[in-house]
Amino acid sequence: MAPEMAQPGFWARVQRASVERLHIRLESLVVLLALSTVMALLSPYFLSLSNFLNILLATSTIGVLAIAATFVIGSGGLDLSLGSVMGLAGVAGAFVAVNLGWPSVLAVLACILAGALAGYINGQLVTRAFVPAFIVTLGMLGLARGLALVISQGRAIYGLPPEIVYIGQGRTFGIPMPVIIFVLTAIVAHAVLAYTRFGRHTLALGDSEGAARAAGIRVEHHRRIIYTLSGALAGLAGLLFTARVNAGDPTAGINYELTAITAAIIGGTNLFGGRASILGTMIGALIMGVLQNGLTLLAVQSYYQQMAIGAVLILAVFIDQYQVRKESRV
Amino acid sequence: MTLLSLRGIRKSFGAVDVLHGVDLSVAAGEVVGLVGDNGAGKSTLMKTITGIYRADSGSIEFDGKDILALDPGQRRQLGIEMIYQDLSLAKQQDVASNIFLGREPTKRLFGLFPGFVDKGEMDRQAAKMIERLGAHLPSINRSVGSFSGGQQQTVAIARALTFNPKLVIMDEPTAALAVREVQSVLDLIRRLKSEGIAVILISHRLNDVLSVTDRIVVLRHGRADADLVTARTNMNEVVSRIVGGGDIAAAAAHEQRG
Repeated sequence: MAPEMAQPGFWARVQRASVERLHIRLESLVVLLALSTVMALLSPYFLSLSNFLNILLATSTIGVLAIAATFVIGSGGLDLSLGSVMGLAGVAGAFVAVNLGWPSVLAVLACILAGALAGYINGQLVTRAFVPAFIVTLGMLGLARGLALVISQGRAIYGLPPEIVYIGQGRTFGIPMPVIIFVLTAIVAHAVLAYTRFGRHTLALGDSEGAARAAGIRVEHHRRIIYTLSGALAGLAGLLFTARVNAGDPTAGINYELTAITAAIIGGTNLFGGRASILGTMIGALIMGVLQNGLTLLAVQSYYQQMAIGAVLILAVFIDQYQVRKESRV
Repeated sequence: MTLLSLRGIRKSFGAVDVLHGVDLSVAAGEVVGLVGDNGAGKSTLMKTITGIYRADSGSIEFDGKDILALDPGQRRQLGIEMIYQDLSLAKQQDVASNIFLGREPTKRLFGLFPGFVDKGEMDRQAAKMIERLGAHLPSINRSVGSFSGGQQQTVAIARALTFNPKLVIMDEPTAALAVREVQSVLDLIRRLKSEGIAVILISHRLNDVLSVTDRIVVLRHGRADADLVTARTNMNEVVSRIVGGGDIAAAAAHEQRG
Protein backbone atom coordinates (compact mmCIF):
# COMPACT_ATOMS: atom_id res chain seq x y z
CA MET A 1 0.00 0.00 0.00
CA ALA A 2 1.25 3.43 -0.85
CA PRO A 3 1.71 5.64 2.19
CA GLU A 4 -0.72 8.27 0.83
CA MET A 5 -3.52 5.76 1.20
CA ALA A 6 -3.34 6.20 4.94
CA GLN A 7 -3.85 9.96 4.76
CA PRO A 8 -7.36 11.09 5.63
CA GLY A 9 -9.35 12.23 2.69
CA PHE A 10 -7.08 10.72 0.07
CA TRP A 11 -9.97 9.07 -1.72
CA ALA A 12 -12.00 12.25 -1.48
CA ARG A 13 -9.16 14.28 -2.99
CA VAL A 14 -8.64 11.84 -5.85
CA GLN A 15 -12.38 11.90 -6.46
CA ARG A 16 -12.41 15.68 -6.58
CA ALA A 17 -9.36 15.84 -8.83
CA SER A 18 -10.87 13.35 -11.27
CA VAL A 19 -14.08 15.34 -11.43
CA GLU A 20 -12.28 18.67 -11.83
CA ARG A 21 -9.59 17.62 -14.29
CA LEU A 22 -10.97 14.61 -16.16
CA HIS A 23 -14.67 15.33 -15.75
CA ILE A 24 -15.39 11.77 -14.66
CA ARG A 25 -16.67 10.17 -11.50
CA LEU A 26 -14.13 7.69 -10.26
CA GLU A 27 -16.82 5.35 -8.94
CA SER A 28 -18.04 4.59 -12.46
CA LEU A 29 -14.52 3.64 -13.56
CA VAL A 30 -14.21 1.33 -10.54
CA VAL A 31 -17.56 -0.26 -11.39
CA LEU A 32 -16.46 -0.79 -15.01
CA LEU A 33 -13.19 -2.45 -13.95
CA ALA A 34 -14.90 -4.59 -11.31
CA LEU A 35 -17.60 -5.68 -13.75
CA SER A 36 -15.00 -6.53 -16.39
CA THR A 37 -12.99 -8.55 -13.86
CA VAL A 38 -16.06 -10.52 -12.82
CA MET A 39 -16.99 -11.22 -16.44
CA ALA A 40 -13.40 -12.25 -17.25
CA LEU A 41 -13.45 -14.71 -14.35
CA LEU A 42 -16.84 -16.12 -15.32
CA SER A 43 -16.29 -16.45 -19.04
CA PRO A 44 -13.11 -17.56 -20.84
CA TYR A 45 -14.26 -15.73 -23.98
CA PHE A 46 -14.55 -12.31 -22.35
CA LEU A 47 -10.89 -11.27 -22.38
CA SER A 48 -10.01 -11.20 -26.06
CA LEU A 49 -9.40 -8.50 -28.60
CA SER A 50 -12.24 -9.71 -30.79
CA ASN A 51 -14.68 -9.67 -27.87
CA PHE A 52 -13.44 -6.23 -26.88
CA LEU A 53 -14.20 -4.98 -30.40
CA ASN A 54 -17.53 -6.79 -30.16
CA ILE A 55 -18.39 -4.85 -27.03
CA LEU A 56 -17.40 -1.58 -28.67
CA LEU A 57 -19.41 -2.47 -31.77
CA ALA A 58 -22.47 -3.33 -29.71
CA THR A 59 -21.96 -0.14 -27.68
CA SER A 60 -21.54 2.18 -30.67
CA THR A 61 -25.25 2.77 -31.36
CA ILE A 62 -26.17 3.13 -27.69
CA GLY A 63 -23.02 5.20 -27.16
CA VAL A 64 -24.02 7.79 -29.76
CA LEU A 65 -27.50 7.99 -28.22
CA ALA A 66 -25.91 8.34 -24.78
CA ILE A 67 -23.90 11.34 -26.04
CA ALA A 68 -27.18 12.94 -27.09
CA ALA A 69 -28.74 12.12 -23.71
CA THR A 70 -25.74 13.68 -21.94
CA PHE A 71 -26.11 17.02 -23.71
CA VAL A 72 -29.88 17.16 -23.20
CA ILE A 73 -29.89 16.06 -19.55
CA GLY A 74 -26.84 18.21 -18.81
CA SER A 75 -28.79 21.23 -20.04
CA GLY A 76 -31.63 20.40 -17.68
CA GLY A 77 -33.80 18.80 -20.37
CA LEU A 78 -34.88 15.31 -21.23
CA ASP A 79 -35.21 13.40 -24.51
CA LEU A 80 -37.30 10.25 -24.32
CA SER A 81 -37.68 10.10 -28.10
CA LEU A 82 -34.07 9.03 -28.79
CA GLY A 83 -34.87 5.39 -29.59
CA SER A 84 -37.88 6.17 -31.77
CA VAL A 85 -36.11 8.97 -33.64
CA MET A 86 -33.23 6.57 -34.26
CA GLY A 87 -35.71 4.09 -35.76
CA LEU A 88 -37.34 6.79 -37.88
CA ALA A 89 -33.98 8.02 -39.15
CA GLY A 90 -32.90 4.53 -40.19
CA VAL A 91 -36.14 3.99 -42.09
CA ALA A 92 -35.86 7.42 -43.73
CA GLY A 93 -32.34 6.64 -44.93
CA ALA A 94 -33.33 3.20 -46.23
CA PHE A 95 -36.40 4.67 -47.95
CA VAL A 96 -34.28 7.28 -49.74
CA ALA A 97 -31.68 4.71 -50.81
CA VAL A 98 -33.94 1.79 -51.74
CA ASN A 99 -37.44 3.07 -52.59
CA LEU A 100 -36.30 6.32 -54.18
CA GLY A 101 -33.02 4.90 -55.42
CA TRP A 102 -31.14 8.10 -54.65
CA PRO A 103 -27.35 8.12 -54.11
CA SER A 104 -26.00 6.80 -50.80
CA VAL A 105 -24.71 10.21 -49.75
CA LEU A 106 -28.27 11.52 -49.78
CA ALA A 107 -29.43 8.49 -47.81
CA VAL A 108 -26.82 9.21 -45.16
CA LEU A 109 -27.90 12.86 -45.08
CA ALA A 110 -31.56 11.76 -44.85
CA CYS A 111 -30.78 9.78 -41.67
CA ILE A 112 -29.11 12.74 -39.98
CA LEU A 113 -31.64 15.31 -41.23
CA ALA A 114 -34.68 13.21 -40.24
CA GLY A 115 -33.23 12.96 -36.74
CA ALA A 116 -32.33 16.64 -36.60
CA LEU A 117 -35.81 17.62 -37.79
CA ALA A 118 -37.48 15.54 -35.07
CA GLY A 119 -35.13 17.12 -32.50
CA TYR A 120 -35.81 20.60 -33.89
CA ILE A 121 -39.55 20.04 -33.46
CA ASN A 122 -38.91 18.86 -29.89
CA GLY A 123 -36.91 22.03 -29.23
CA GLN A 124 -39.52 24.33 -30.74
CA LEU A 125 -42.30 22.76 -28.67
CA VAL A 126 -40.30 22.84 -25.44
CA THR A 127 -39.21 26.47 -25.80
CA ARG A 128 -42.14 28.09 -27.59
CA ALA A 129 -45.22 26.08 -26.65
CA PHE A 130 -44.12 25.65 -23.01
CA VAL A 131 -45.01 21.97 -23.01
CA PRO A 132 -42.67 20.16 -20.57
CA ALA A 133 -39.79 18.27 -22.22
CA PHE A 134 -41.01 15.06 -20.62
CA ILE A 135 -44.35 15.30 -22.46
CA VAL A 136 -42.98 16.67 -25.75
CA THR A 137 -40.39 13.94 -26.14
CA LEU A 138 -42.77 11.25 -24.87
CA GLY A 139 -45.18 12.38 -27.58
CA MET A 140 -42.35 12.36 -30.13
CA LEU A 141 -41.53 8.81 -29.00
CA GLY A 142 -44.96 7.79 -30.27
CA LEU A 143 -44.99 10.11 -33.30
CA ALA A 144 -41.58 9.11 -34.66
CA ARG A 145 -42.21 5.41 -34.16
CA GLY A 146 -45.58 5.64 -35.87
CA LEU A 147 -44.13 7.61 -38.78
CA ALA A 148 -41.34 5.04 -39.19
CA LEU A 149 -43.99 2.30 -39.44
CA VAL A 150 -46.06 4.36 -41.90
CA ILE A 151 -43.10 5.08 -44.20
CA SER A 152 -41.95 1.46 -44.21
CA GLN A 153 -45.53 0.11 -44.24
CA GLY A 154 -44.64 -1.86 -41.17
CA ARG A 155 -41.92 -3.91 -42.82
CA ALA A 156 -38.13 -3.61 -42.79
CA ILE A 157 -36.65 -2.09 -45.95
CA TYR A 158 -33.97 -4.40 -47.36
CA GLY A 159 -31.43 -4.06 -50.14
CA LEU A 160 -29.22 -1.17 -49.02
CA PRO A 161 -26.39 -0.09 -51.33
CA PRO A 162 -22.89 -1.42 -50.47
CA GLU A 163 -21.53 2.00 -49.45
CA ILE A 164 -24.05 2.21 -46.64
CA VAL A 165 -23.54 -1.40 -45.60
CA TYR A 166 -19.81 -0.62 -45.38
CA ILE A 167 -20.55 2.04 -42.76
CA GLY A 168 -22.10 -0.69 -40.60
CA GLN A 169 -20.13 -3.79 -41.46
CA GLY A 170 -16.85 -2.63 -42.98
CA ARG A 171 -13.56 -2.38 -41.17
CA THR A 172 -10.67 0.06 -41.43
CA PHE A 173 -7.35 -1.18 -40.04
CA GLY A 174 -9.34 -4.08 -38.62
CA ILE A 175 -11.57 -1.78 -36.59
CA PRO A 176 -15.31 -1.87 -37.33
CA MET A 177 -16.52 1.35 -38.95
CA PRO A 178 -19.29 1.97 -36.37
CA VAL A 179 -16.64 1.89 -33.62
CA ILE A 180 -14.50 4.43 -35.49
CA ILE A 181 -17.46 6.75 -36.06
CA PHE A 182 -18.61 6.34 -32.46
CA VAL A 183 -15.19 7.07 -30.97
CA LEU A 184 -14.62 10.12 -33.22
CA THR A 185 -18.07 11.44 -32.33
CA ALA A 186 -17.31 10.94 -28.64
CA ILE A 187 -13.99 12.79 -28.87
CA VAL A 188 -15.55 15.78 -30.62
CA ALA A 189 -18.52 15.77 -28.22
CA HIS A 190 -16.22 15.64 -25.20
CA ALA A 191 -14.17 18.57 -26.46
CA VAL A 192 -17.32 20.57 -27.17
CA LEU A 193 -18.98 19.88 -23.81
CA ALA A 194 -15.91 20.26 -21.60
CA TYR A 195 -13.87 22.96 -23.30
CA THR A 196 -16.00 25.22 -25.47
CA ARG A 197 -18.27 28.13 -24.61
CA PHE A 198 -21.18 26.18 -26.05
CA GLY A 199 -20.54 23.29 -23.67
CA ARG A 200 -20.10 25.52 -20.64
CA HIS A 201 -23.27 27.41 -21.43
CA THR A 202 -25.07 24.08 -21.79
CA LEU A 203 -24.12 23.06 -18.26
CA ALA A 204 -24.76 26.53 -16.82
CA LEU A 205 -28.21 26.38 -18.35
CA GLY A 206 -28.90 23.03 -16.73
CA ASP A 207 -27.51 24.32 -13.45
CA SER A 208 -29.54 27.50 -13.21
CA GLU A 209 -31.60 28.83 -16.07
CA GLY A 210 -31.90 32.15 -14.24
CA ALA A 211 -28.13 32.52 -13.93
CA ALA A 212 -27.67 31.66 -17.60
CA ARG A 213 -30.29 34.20 -18.60
CA ALA A 214 -28.79 36.87 -16.37
CA ALA A 215 -25.41 36.20 -17.98
CA GLY A 216 -26.88 37.04 -21.37
CA ILE A 217 -27.06 33.49 -22.73
CA ARG A 218 -29.93 33.10 -25.17
CA VAL A 219 -31.56 30.34 -23.18
CA GLU A 220 -34.38 29.28 -25.53
CA HIS A 221 -32.16 29.49 -28.58
CA HIS A 222 -29.56 27.34 -26.83
CA ARG A 223 -32.16 24.75 -25.86
CA ARG A 224 -33.40 24.50 -29.44
CA ILE A 225 -29.85 23.84 -30.64
CA ILE A 226 -29.41 21.13 -28.00
CA TYR A 227 -32.61 19.30 -28.92
CA THR A 228 -31.76 19.54 -32.62
CA LEU A 229 -28.28 18.22 -31.89
CA SER A 230 -29.80 15.40 -29.86
CA GLY A 231 -32.06 14.48 -32.77
CA ALA A 232 -29.16 14.62 -35.24
CA LEU A 233 -27.13 12.26 -33.03
CA ALA A 234 -30.12 9.90 -32.83
CA GLY A 235 -30.14 10.08 -36.63
CA LEU A 236 -26.46 9.10 -36.69
CA ALA A 237 -27.22 6.19 -34.35
CA GLY A 238 -30.02 5.18 -36.70
CA LEU A 239 -27.60 5.23 -39.63
CA LEU A 240 -25.08 3.04 -37.77
CA PHE A 241 -27.77 0.54 -36.78
CA THR A 242 -29.42 0.38 -40.21
CA ALA A 243 -26.07 -0.05 -41.92
CA ARG A 244 -25.02 -2.78 -39.49
CA VAL A 245 -28.17 -4.90 -39.84
CA ASN A 246 -28.44 -4.00 -43.54
CA ALA A 247 -32.09 -3.01 -43.26
CA GLY A 248 -34.25 -0.02 -42.42
CA ASP A 249 -36.13 -1.59 -39.52
CA PRO A 250 -39.09 0.48 -38.22
CA THR A 251 -38.85 -1.26 -34.84
CA ALA A 252 -35.16 -0.43 -34.40
CA GLY A 253 -34.22 1.31 -31.18
CA ILE A 254 -37.20 0.35 -29.05
CA ASN A 255 -36.23 0.95 -25.40
CA TYR A 256 -32.83 2.30 -26.44
CA GLU A 257 -33.55 5.60 -24.69
CA LEU A 258 -33.67 3.62 -21.44
CA THR A 259 -30.14 2.29 -21.98
CA ALA A 260 -28.81 5.60 -23.29
CA ILE A 261 -30.15 7.63 -20.38
CA THR A 262 -28.88 4.99 -17.96
CA ALA A 263 -25.39 5.20 -19.49
CA ALA A 264 -25.39 8.99 -19.11
CA ILE A 265 -26.57 8.84 -15.50
CA ILE A 266 -24.07 6.12 -14.53
CA GLY A 267 -21.38 8.27 -16.10
CA GLY A 268 -22.10 11.02 -13.59
CA THR A 269 -24.58 13.22 -15.44
CA ASN A 270 -26.81 14.98 -12.94
CA LEU A 271 -30.39 13.95 -13.68
CA PHE A 272 -31.48 17.56 -13.12
CA GLY A 273 -28.74 19.14 -15.23
CA GLY A 274 -25.63 21.21 -14.56
CA ARG A 275 -23.13 18.38 -14.38
CA ALA A 276 -22.21 16.10 -17.26
CA SER A 277 -19.23 14.76 -19.13
CA ILE A 278 -18.93 12.72 -22.29
CA LEU A 279 -15.93 10.83 -20.90
CA GLY A 280 -18.08 9.75 -17.97
CA THR A 281 -20.92 8.82 -20.28
CA MET A 282 -18.54 6.67 -22.34
CA ILE A 283 -17.63 4.78 -19.19
CA GLY A 284 -21.34 4.44 -18.48
CA ALA A 285 -22.00 3.18 -22.01
CA LEU A 286 -19.16 0.67 -21.65
CA ILE A 287 -20.64 -0.55 -18.37
CA MET A 288 -23.92 -1.18 -20.18
CA GLY A 289 -22.01 -2.83 -23.06
CA VAL A 290 -19.97 -5.09 -20.78
CA LEU A 291 -23.08 -5.97 -18.80
CA GLN A 292 -25.02 -6.97 -21.92
CA ASN A 293 -22.04 -8.73 -23.51
CA GLY A 294 -21.17 -10.60 -20.34
CA LEU A 295 -24.75 -11.71 -19.73
CA THR A 296 -24.95 -12.87 -23.34
CA LEU A 297 -21.70 -14.84 -23.01
CA LEU A 298 -23.10 -16.39 -19.85
CA ALA A 299 -26.19 -17.35 -21.86
CA VAL A 300 -28.55 -15.28 -19.72
CA GLN A 301 -31.84 -14.64 -21.50
CA SER A 302 -32.17 -11.15 -22.96
CA TYR A 303 -35.33 -10.58 -20.86
CA TYR A 304 -33.15 -10.59 -17.78
CA GLN A 305 -30.74 -8.15 -19.42
CA GLN A 306 -33.63 -5.72 -19.83
CA MET A 307 -34.41 -6.08 -16.13
CA ALA A 308 -30.75 -5.57 -15.25
CA ILE A 309 -30.60 -2.29 -17.19
CA GLY A 310 -33.72 -0.97 -15.49
CA ALA A 311 -32.37 -1.89 -12.07
CA VAL A 312 -28.99 -0.29 -12.84
CA LEU A 313 -30.70 3.00 -13.83
CA ILE A 314 -32.60 3.23 -10.56
CA LEU A 315 -29.51 2.21 -8.57
CA ALA A 316 -27.32 4.81 -10.34
CA VAL A 317 -29.76 7.65 -9.61
CA PHE A 318 -30.09 6.46 -6.02
CA ILE A 319 -26.31 6.52 -5.51
CA ASP A 320 -26.02 9.93 -7.18
CA GLN A 321 -28.76 11.46 -5.05
CA TYR A 322 -27.26 9.85 -1.93
CA GLN A 323 -23.91 11.50 -2.72
CA VAL A 324 -25.52 14.87 -3.41
CA ARG A 325 -27.34 14.77 -0.08
CA LYS A 326 -24.17 13.72 1.71
CA GLU A 327 -22.18 16.55 0.14
CA SER A 328 -24.82 19.16 0.95
CA ARG A 329 -24.71 18.15 4.61
CA VAL A 330 -20.99 18.94 4.90
CA MET B 1 -20.44 64.68 -8.78
CA THR B 2 -23.88 63.28 -9.41
CA LEU B 3 -23.69 59.88 -11.07
CA LEU B 4 -27.34 58.90 -11.15
CA SER B 5 -30.23 61.31 -11.10
CA LEU B 6 -33.89 60.32 -11.16
CA ARG B 7 -36.59 63.00 -11.35
CA GLY B 8 -40.32 62.49 -11.14
CA ILE B 9 -40.27 58.79 -11.97
CA ARG B 10 -43.78 57.42 -12.33
CA LYS B 11 -44.69 53.83 -13.02
CA SER B 12 -47.98 52.03 -12.93
CA PHE B 13 -49.07 48.54 -13.78
CA GLY B 14 -52.57 48.74 -15.19
CA ALA B 15 -54.66 50.50 -12.58
CA VAL B 16 -52.04 50.11 -9.86
CA ASP B 17 -49.77 53.13 -9.39
CA VAL B 18 -46.53 51.91 -7.86
CA LEU B 19 -44.25 54.92 -8.21
CA HIS B 20 -45.74 58.43 -7.92
CA GLY B 21 -42.88 60.66 -8.96
CA VAL B 22 -39.70 59.48 -7.27
CA ASP B 23 -36.65 61.75 -7.04
CA LEU B 24 -33.34 60.10 -6.24
CA SER B 25 -29.73 60.99 -6.78
CA VAL B 26 -26.54 59.05 -6.17
CA ALA B 27 -23.06 60.54 -6.33
CA ALA B 28 -20.01 58.69 -7.64
CA GLY B 29 -18.59 56.44 -4.94
CA GLU B 30 -21.53 57.05 -2.67
CA VAL B 31 -23.32 54.26 -0.78
CA VAL B 32 -27.05 54.93 -0.60
CA GLY B 33 -29.40 52.77 1.39
CA LEU B 34 -32.90 52.33 -0.02
CA VAL B 35 -35.36 51.29 2.63
CA GLY B 36 -39.11 51.05 2.86
CA ASP B 37 -41.90 48.73 3.80
CA ASN B 38 -42.97 45.84 1.62
CA GLY B 39 -44.84 47.20 -1.36
CA ALA B 40 -43.26 50.66 -1.10
CA GLY B 41 -41.89 50.27 -4.63
CA LYS B 42 -38.22 49.46 -3.99
CA SER B 43 -37.96 46.62 -6.52
CA THR B 44 -39.95 48.50 -9.14
CA LEU B 45 -37.71 51.53 -8.72
CA MET B 46 -34.56 49.43 -9.11
CA LYS B 47 -35.93 47.75 -12.20
CA THR B 48 -36.63 51.13 -13.79
CA ILE B 49 -32.98 52.01 -13.12
CA THR B 50 -31.61 48.80 -14.66
CA GLY B 51 -34.04 49.13 -17.55
CA ILE B 52 -36.12 46.01 -17.00
CA TYR B 53 -39.13 48.34 -16.59
CA ARG B 54 -39.63 51.49 -18.64
CA ALA B 55 -40.75 54.44 -16.51
CA ASP B 56 -44.08 55.94 -17.60
CA SER B 57 -42.75 59.45 -17.10
CA GLY B 58 -39.87 61.29 -15.48
CA SER B 59 -36.19 61.42 -16.37
CA ILE B 60 -33.21 59.22 -15.60
CA GLU B 61 -29.72 60.54 -16.14
CA PHE B 62 -26.64 58.41 -15.63
CA ASP B 63 -23.15 59.82 -15.94
CA GLY B 64 -24.58 62.90 -17.64
CA LYS B 65 -26.52 60.94 -20.24
CA ASP B 66 -30.27 60.50 -20.58
CA ILE B 67 -30.75 56.73 -20.35
CA LEU B 68 -34.54 56.57 -20.25
CA ALA B 69 -34.76 55.01 -23.72
CA LEU B 70 -31.94 52.48 -23.26
CA ASP B 71 -32.49 48.75 -22.75
CA PRO B 72 -30.92 46.74 -19.87
CA GLY B 73 -27.95 45.62 -21.97
CA GLN B 74 -27.09 49.18 -22.98
CA ARG B 75 -27.42 50.43 -19.42
CA ARG B 76 -25.13 47.67 -18.22
CA GLN B 77 -22.57 48.77 -20.79
CA LEU B 78 -22.75 52.28 -19.38
CA GLY B 79 -21.93 50.83 -15.96
CA ILE B 80 -25.13 49.92 -14.12
CA GLU B 81 -24.92 46.50 -12.53
CA MET B 82 -27.48 44.74 -10.34
CA ILE B 83 -26.93 41.82 -7.97
CA TYR B 84 -30.19 40.05 -7.23
CA GLN B 85 -31.03 38.44 -3.94
CA ASP B 86 -30.82 34.93 -5.42
CA LEU B 87 -27.37 35.93 -6.79
CA SER B 88 -28.08 34.13 -10.11
CA LEU B 89 -25.17 31.76 -9.66
CA ALA B 90 -24.75 28.40 -11.36
CA LYS B 91 -24.16 26.41 -8.20
CA GLN B 92 -22.49 23.33 -9.71
CA GLN B 93 -19.95 25.35 -11.69
CA ASP B 94 -16.71 26.71 -10.28
CA VAL B 95 -15.78 30.28 -9.39
CA ALA B 96 -14.25 31.30 -12.70
CA SER B 97 -17.09 29.75 -14.69
CA ASN B 98 -19.57 31.86 -12.78
CA ILE B 99 -17.59 35.08 -12.97
CA PHE B 100 -17.10 34.77 -16.72
CA LEU B 101 -20.38 33.05 -17.60
CA GLY B 102 -21.43 34.24 -21.04
CA ARG B 103 -18.16 36.12 -21.63
CA GLU B 104 -15.53 33.39 -21.38
CA PRO B 105 -12.15 34.29 -22.85
CA THR B 106 -11.43 31.95 -25.75
CA LYS B 107 -8.44 30.61 -27.62
CA ARG B 108 -7.89 28.39 -30.63
CA LEU B 109 -7.25 24.71 -29.95
CA PHE B 110 -3.99 23.72 -31.65
CA GLY B 111 -4.19 27.14 -33.28
CA LEU B 112 -7.02 25.82 -35.41
CA PHE B 113 -10.41 25.43 -33.77
CA PRO B 114 -11.91 28.62 -32.35
CA GLY B 115 -14.35 28.87 -29.47
CA PHE B 116 -12.35 26.94 -26.90
CA VAL B 117 -12.44 28.39 -23.42
CA ASP B 118 -9.12 29.62 -22.07
CA LYS B 119 -9.56 28.11 -18.60
CA GLY B 120 -6.08 29.06 -17.40
CA GLU B 121 -6.64 32.71 -18.25
CA MET B 122 -10.11 32.56 -16.70
CA ASP B 123 -8.79 31.12 -13.43
CA ARG B 124 -6.00 33.70 -13.25
CA GLN B 125 -8.37 36.62 -13.76
CA ALA B 126 -10.92 35.16 -11.35
CA ALA B 127 -8.27 34.78 -8.64
CA LYS B 128 -7.23 38.39 -9.24
CA MET B 129 -10.82 39.57 -8.88
CA ILE B 130 -11.29 37.74 -5.60
CA GLU B 131 -8.00 39.15 -4.33
CA ARG B 132 -9.01 42.66 -5.37
CA LEU B 133 -12.06 42.28 -3.15
CA GLY B 134 -9.79 41.28 -0.27
CA ALA B 135 -11.81 38.08 0.10
CA HIS B 136 -10.76 34.51 0.70
CA LEU B 137 -12.33 31.45 -0.90
CA PRO B 138 -11.46 27.84 -0.05
CA SER B 139 -10.59 27.03 -3.66
CA ILE B 140 -11.25 28.69 -6.96
CA ASN B 141 -11.85 25.31 -8.63
CA ARG B 142 -14.65 24.25 -6.35
CA SER B 143 -18.32 24.42 -7.24
CA VAL B 144 -19.88 27.61 -5.94
CA GLY B 145 -22.69 25.68 -4.26
CA SER B 146 -20.23 24.28 -1.73
CA PHE B 147 -19.48 27.81 -0.46
CA SER B 148 -21.17 29.68 2.36
CA GLY B 149 -23.71 32.42 1.61
CA GLY B 150 -21.14 35.17 2.13
CA GLN B 151 -18.61 33.49 -0.12
CA GLN B 152 -21.26 33.12 -2.81
CA GLN B 153 -22.01 36.82 -2.40
CA THR B 154 -18.30 37.46 -3.00
CA VAL B 155 -18.44 35.54 -6.27
CA ALA B 156 -21.53 37.47 -7.37
CA ILE B 157 -19.82 40.81 -6.59
CA ALA B 158 -16.63 39.72 -8.35
CA ARG B 159 -18.70 38.91 -11.41
CA ALA B 160 -20.35 42.32 -11.28
CA LEU B 161 -16.90 43.95 -11.10
CA THR B 162 -15.77 42.37 -14.37
CA PHE B 163 -18.22 44.70 -16.15
CA ASN B 164 -16.37 47.71 -14.67
CA PRO B 165 -19.55 49.14 -13.18
CA LYS B 166 -19.91 52.70 -11.89
CA LEU B 167 -23.02 51.77 -9.94
CA VAL B 168 -23.84 48.46 -8.27
CA ILE B 169 -27.35 47.85 -7.01
CA MET B 170 -27.55 45.16 -4.34
CA ASP B 171 -30.87 43.59 -3.35
CA GLU B 172 -30.90 42.29 0.25
CA PRO B 173 -27.29 41.05 0.15
CA THR B 174 -27.21 40.29 3.88
CA ALA B 175 -30.69 38.87 4.32
CA ALA B 176 -29.78 35.19 4.57
CA LEU B 177 -26.31 35.41 6.10
CA ALA B 178 -24.74 34.46 9.41
CA VAL B 179 -23.56 37.35 11.59
CA ARG B 180 -19.86 36.97 10.75
CA GLU B 181 -20.70 36.73 7.05
CA VAL B 182 -22.70 39.95 7.18
CA GLN B 183 -19.57 41.83 8.27
CA SER B 184 -17.56 40.48 5.36
CA VAL B 185 -20.25 41.51 2.87
CA LEU B 186 -20.41 44.99 4.43
CA ASP B 187 -16.61 45.12 4.05
CA LEU B 188 -17.03 44.26 0.38
CA ILE B 189 -19.43 47.20 -0.01
CA ARG B 190 -16.88 49.51 1.65
CA ARG B 191 -14.26 48.13 -0.74
CA LEU B 192 -16.44 49.03 -3.72
CA LYS B 193 -16.87 52.53 -2.34
CA SER B 194 -13.13 52.92 -1.87
CA GLU B 195 -12.70 52.09 -5.56
CA GLY B 196 -15.08 54.90 -6.46
CA ILE B 197 -18.01 52.63 -7.27
CA ALA B 198 -21.42 53.84 -6.14
CA VAL B 199 -23.70 51.34 -4.38
CA ILE B 200 -27.45 51.33 -3.87
CA LEU B 201 -28.19 48.96 -1.01
CA ILE B 202 -31.72 47.65 -0.66
CA SER B 203 -32.13 46.08 2.75
CA HIS B 204 -34.56 45.39 5.52
CA ARG B 205 -31.67 45.06 7.97
CA LEU B 206 -31.48 48.63 9.17
CA ASN B 207 -28.42 47.98 11.33
CA ASP B 208 -26.50 47.03 8.20
CA VAL B 209 -27.85 50.05 6.31
CA LEU B 210 -26.89 52.42 9.13
CA SER B 211 -23.39 50.99 9.40
CA VAL B 212 -22.36 51.07 5.76
CA THR B 213 -24.24 53.85 3.92
CA ASP B 214 -23.60 57.57 3.41
CA ARG B 215 -27.27 58.39 2.89
CA ILE B 216 -30.56 56.64 3.46
CA VAL B 217 -33.54 57.18 1.19
CA VAL B 218 -36.90 56.09 2.55
CA LEU B 219 -39.45 54.98 -0.02
CA ARG B 220 -43.04 55.22 1.14
CA HIS B 221 -46.20 54.79 -0.92
CA GLY B 222 -44.22 55.18 -4.13
CA ARG B 223 -42.43 58.40 -3.17
CA ALA B 224 -38.97 59.17 -1.84
CA ASP B 225 -40.39 60.25 1.49
CA ALA B 226 -37.14 61.07 3.25
CA ASP B 227 -33.51 61.57 2.30
CA LEU B 228 -31.38 61.24 5.43
CA VAL B 229 -27.64 61.66 5.94
CA THR B 230 -26.61 58.49 7.74
CA ALA B 231 -24.18 60.24 10.07
CA ARG B 232 -26.93 62.53 11.31
CA THR B 233 -29.77 60.08 11.77
CA ASN B 234 -30.53 57.06 13.89
CA MET B 235 -32.60 53.92 13.99
CA ASN B 236 -35.65 55.63 15.51
CA GLU B 237 -35.84 58.27 12.83
CA VAL B 238 -35.40 55.79 9.98
CA VAL B 239 -38.06 53.48 11.36
CA SER B 240 -40.50 56.30 11.94
CA ARG B 241 -40.05 57.49 8.36
CA ILE B 242 -40.61 53.96 7.05
CA VAL B 243 -43.82 53.37 8.98
CA GLY B 244 -44.85 57.04 8.72
CA GLY B 245 -45.92 57.90 12.24
CA GLY B 246 -48.10 55.49 14.20
CA ASP B 247 -46.56 53.46 16.96
CA ILE B 248 -43.00 54.50 16.29
CA ALA B 249 -41.53 53.52 19.61
CA ALA B 250 -42.85 49.97 19.39
CA ALA B 251 -41.66 49.58 15.82
CA ALA B 252 -38.20 50.91 16.68
CA ALA B 253 -37.95 48.63 19.67
CA HIS B 254 -38.90 45.72 17.43
CA GLU B 255 -36.19 46.64 14.93
CA GLN B 256 -33.55 46.93 17.62
CA ARG B 257 -34.46 43.52 18.96
CA GLY B 258 -34.40 42.01 15.47
